[in-house]
Amino acid sequence: MGKLILQRSILGLLTLLAASALIFIGTEVLPGDLASAILQNQATPENLAKLRLDLGLDKPAILRYVEWLFGALRGDFGHSLANGRDVLEEIVPRFANTMFLAAYAAVVAVPLAVGLGLAAAIRQGGAFDRTVNILTLMTISVPEYFLAYLLIKYVAVELGWFPSLANVSSDTPFFDRLYYAFLPMVTLVLVIVAHMMRMTRASVLAVMASPYIEMAILKGLTKTRIVLRHALPNALAPIISVVALNLAYLIVGVVVVETVFVYPGLGQLMVDEVSKHDVPVVQACGLIFAATFIVLNMVADILSILSNPRLRRLR
Amino acid sequence: MTAAPDNPIVLDVRAMRVAVRTDHGDGPVLVDDVSLALRRGEVIGLIGESGAGKSTIGLASMGYTRRNCFIVGGQILFAGADLRVMTADQRRALRGLKLAYIAQSAAASFNPAMTLMDQVCEAPVRHGVMGRAEAKAAAVQLFRELDLPNPETIGLRYPHQVSGGQLQRVMAAMAMIGRPEIIVFDEPTTALDVTTQVECLAAFRRLVRVHRAAALYITHDLAVVAQIADRIMVLRRGKTVEVGDARQILQDPQEEYTRRLVRERIAGSTFVARPEGAAPLLAVERVTAHYTGRPNVIDDVSLEVFRGDTVAVVGESGSGKSTLARVVTGLLPRAAGDVRFHGASLPPRLKDRSRDQLRRIQMIYQMPDVALNPQQTLLDVIGRPVSFYFRRSRAEVRARVQELLRQMDLPEHFVDRKTSELSGGQKQRVSIARALAAEPDLIICDEVTSALDQLVGEEILRLLKRLQDELGVAYLFITHDLGTVKRIANKVVVMLRGRTVASGDTASVFAPPYHPYTELLLSSVPEMRPDWLDGVLARRAAITTA
Amino acid sequence: MRLFGHKLSLLAQIGLAIVALNLFLAIFAPLVAPYDQTAVLGDAWADADWQHWLGLDNLGRDLLSRLIFGARMSIGLSLVITALSFFIGIVTGFAAAVAGGWVDQALSRFVDLLLSMPTLIFAFVILSVLGSGLPVLIVTIAVLDSTKVFRLARSVAVGLVSLEFVEAARLRGEGWWWIITREILPNAIPPLTAEFGLRFCFTFLFIAALSFLGLGVQPPAADWGSMVKDYRDMINFGSAAPIYPAAAIAILTIGVNFVVDWMLSIHSRGQGEGA
Repeated sequence: MGKLILQRSILGLLTLLAASALIFIGTEVLPGDLASAILQNQATPENLAKLRLDLGLDKPAILRYVEWLFGALRGDFGHSLANGRDVLEEIVPRFANTMFLAAYAAVVAVPLAVGLGLAAAIRQGGAFDRTVNILTLMTISVPEYFLAYLLIKYVAVELGWFPSLANVSSDTPFFDRLYYAFLPMVTLVLVIVAHMMRMTRASVLAVMASPYIEMAILKGLTKTRIVLRHALPNALAPIISVVALNLAYLIVGVVVVETVFVYPGLGQLMVDEVSKHDVPVVQACGLIFAATFIVLNMVADILSILSNPRLRRLR
Repeated sequence: MTAAPDNPIVLDVRAMRVAVRTDHGDGPVLVDDVSLALRRGEVIGLIGESGAGKSTIGLASMGYTRRNCFIVGGQILFAGADLRVMTADQRRALRGLKLAYIAQSAAASFNPAMTLMDQVCEAPVRHGVMGRAEAKAAAVQLFRELDLPNPETIGLRYPHQVSGGQLQRVMAAMAMIGRPEIIVFDEPTTALDVTTQVECLAAFRRLVRVHRAAALYITHDLAVVAQIADRIMVLRRGKTVEVGDARQILQDPQEEYTRRLVRERIAGSTFVARPEGAAPLLAVERVTAHYTGRPNVIDDVSLEVFRGDTVAVVGESGSGKSTLARVVTGLLPRAAGDVRFHGASLPPRLKDRSRDQLRRIQMIYQMPDVALNPQQTLLDVIGRPVSFYFRRSRAEVRARVQELLRQMDLPEHFVDRKTSELSGGQKQRVSIARALAAEPDLIICDEVTSALDQLVGEEILRLLKRLQDELGVAYLFITHDLGTVKRIANKVVVMLRGRTVASGDTASVFAPPYHPYTELLLSSVPEMRPDWLDGVLARRAAITTA
Repeated sequence: MRLFGHKLSLLAQIGLAIVALNLFLAIFAPLVAPYDQTAVLGDAWADADWQHWLGLDNLGRDLLSRLIFGARMSIGLSLVITALSFFIGIVTGFAAAVAGGWVDQALSRFVDLLLSMPTLIFAFVILSVLGSGLPVLIVTIAVLDSTKVFRLARSVAVGLVSLEFVEAARLRGEGWWWIITREILPNAIPPLTAEFGLRFCFTFLFIAALSFLGLGVQPPAADWGSMVKDYRDMINFGSAAPIYPAAAIAILTIGVNFVVDWMLSIHSRGQGEGA
């Protein structure tokens, strides 16, 4: 089994490397070159030439990729084209904010979703199951900003319970952060709970339909015993990967939610810089998001290898 | 083995009806007005083809129905109490102790995440009738009675670490440990190879007799039920056809349906083939084949098929018999050896063969459901080879398809039906028609009757035989069923783990002196005589002691 | 009411009604909308009244009319992208399944790689250099989304290729064109139809999200996502203006999902009946 985990980890690293190449190539696909795209209609021959030199566009692409990658590994992502600041300094506090919001949402969403999923699966076809099914089908279909603006209009503006802008800064105390980030957190929770809950329900139901559960019923075991001893251990692997998959999704969902609540996170930064064609910052943000996503997926796979009873005993 | 007729009745099912009910309305009735009385120590065999409702009856006798099925009428009396009117907790208290169940697929019916011992001991411990240590001792004792290897330690294993036949016996131990009064055996040997089936059958019978339990034994195989049942109930489409003493049902069946079941099983007509010509049609010469990066699946296999021949290739699962078919068709290129057809070497790979070579070798598959494209009509399916190989006009194709349908005893107006609308037996006839449409010299039949009900399978065999008489086509018949071989093949090749262990005329291969494996196979095929199993066990005991 | 030979559930009927209504509004927008979408009719943010059911917007245009015209852009663009993504995904997916070997390996690994990154993030990287022109949006999203279609199409086709009726066609000597168009495609349509609905939803939400972030449809063109962006500041003054277009997005995706959910349920029911 150790071998399987090692293989999966190496695959994760290779994927990360390939993803970095893809992000780099993504900025190379333009018909002209980066400099003319950045300057667009302000391009004069002089400032084009200067920018090309600044960006190192005189060097071959493969060399620039290697330099960029090794720089990134040392924490050197270059300088912002928009304001000339060091990209890493720009990113670090914002990444911390994003991780805070994502963790906040995950802590609430994961137990809620798994609990609801189990409850719905056990009462399959019952009133609770049907209600939850329709509700989650609707929340899944709804964009984050719709939920966010509903919350702002009713909870923030009309009731005044929570602020509509989550303007935290590095010196905001912890409990104030929890308060300011409450509505963004609720929005994210609403979005991912539905997904996670439905997938949990489906994986528990798949296990509940197996012949060994019928056998457990015919052995006269109690419902609690059947669920806890026979269904859950076998549903664990799929549930774990469901959770990790949704945490990865959370990382993306955060981009829109940050914009709605003007929360100073990495997603909001990335959106701002995309419209400014600030390529070094976009590349750095993209790399960090991709890395988080890839690592979470890798962790999901490793955890499901660990929780698979058949694989656990392979040495 | 007959139970005393005055033993008390332990299970009394009266006029039971089970039906499907869903949100979308009432479905079909699965069990219609079935009654049976099971006495202590008695085994009743429930026999029938698929859709007879036998499993549903077995489960309903424990007060259980599958999803969307409901017991809608009648009584199920256990020790005088009706399982239908009990509370769920009362029913639960009986299951696993007084009422036990043995399922068809042991591999699927064990929880993969628990050791065998934990699962075997679970019921008595959870019901509070045994302590853990006591249950473990009882389990080891049962493992020993069931001839399981290493009875002391096998319980520490997980389900995927033991073989199918062993797992089936562990399941019997799991059923017996609560000292049940009634055991429901639901096709417990169907998924096993014949040689393994004998061991399990013997173990089950010993167990039932020693513990004086009553049992419902569900199977589709009359010969299996003949070995274990005191009485037999014949079912068809959820209704009782006939009930009676086992010997009476086997020797003097009253109903026409039972008579057909019994007759077909016994009928072992000697098949006289008339091989024509001196040169073989197909010659497989010392062929070896394997999948990329794997060990050889078939190794140094040779056989010859003449025009008008039926050559059976028999073996258990893993013998390489289906791989042999794939090599002949070119789906799996051979690694060594030669395959000659009409004297000329066939290219190993499918895509190097000419259209005419492809036309002359056709194939019929095991599962008619996946052998035919469900979106196509019979005209598409059967007509395609006609237009593909012979380039006929649309009208000619249609006429030819209708002619073939007539030959298959299918109504001509089926020509525009979709294949998905047909029954299993009809689909298999369409598969045959598709093969014949190419006007082949050789048809490879891969387990063509094993997915079909017994009577339907018999009709397919008879049809194949008739077509051979009319058209002189040769068959290469891949099968695990020796009964089929004896009836249809004039030559036989016995395979074991990728090698040929015996080959020649059916009559000589299946007559002494046998190859030991051929003898094992032959002796493992259940026969209708109720004393067959005793005979086999006695003979094997004599061999091991000698 | 029946569809594909099955009775429609209540939710599926509601879903179909929503989809039909949206398509109707998108196609006949000029006939249905009470005003022209660009006409300035009064003060900015005038309240709703009998002439203007949802009030006026930031430039004094009729909000309801803008919503109805917005349907064209939102739905039309998503349909074009989904269709393109399906074309790419199915062609490559089927090719991978039928060809097998290194073709399959290469395509599958490349798709794995694209899927190992969040689509939104990769789209950001591309848009940061190419800008948000309509052709760029269409091609970028269609290519990124086609990876998911590829996976489904490939797995459906791989499942079908291993079935014996396809083997029978190969043994007969049929070429790959026959096998794909006659043996595989007709059997792949039911699962792919449901997937079309799901992919449409995804694309629709994706475009709307990009527009909301200011990186999608650019002014003067407007879709529902960019309307949410344009009206977002009004929420702090107690106006529901951004909620209307957001609700329009939500209702359509809910409708499509109701239909898809029903299609998936009849599909799995159909498989269960054989047992």
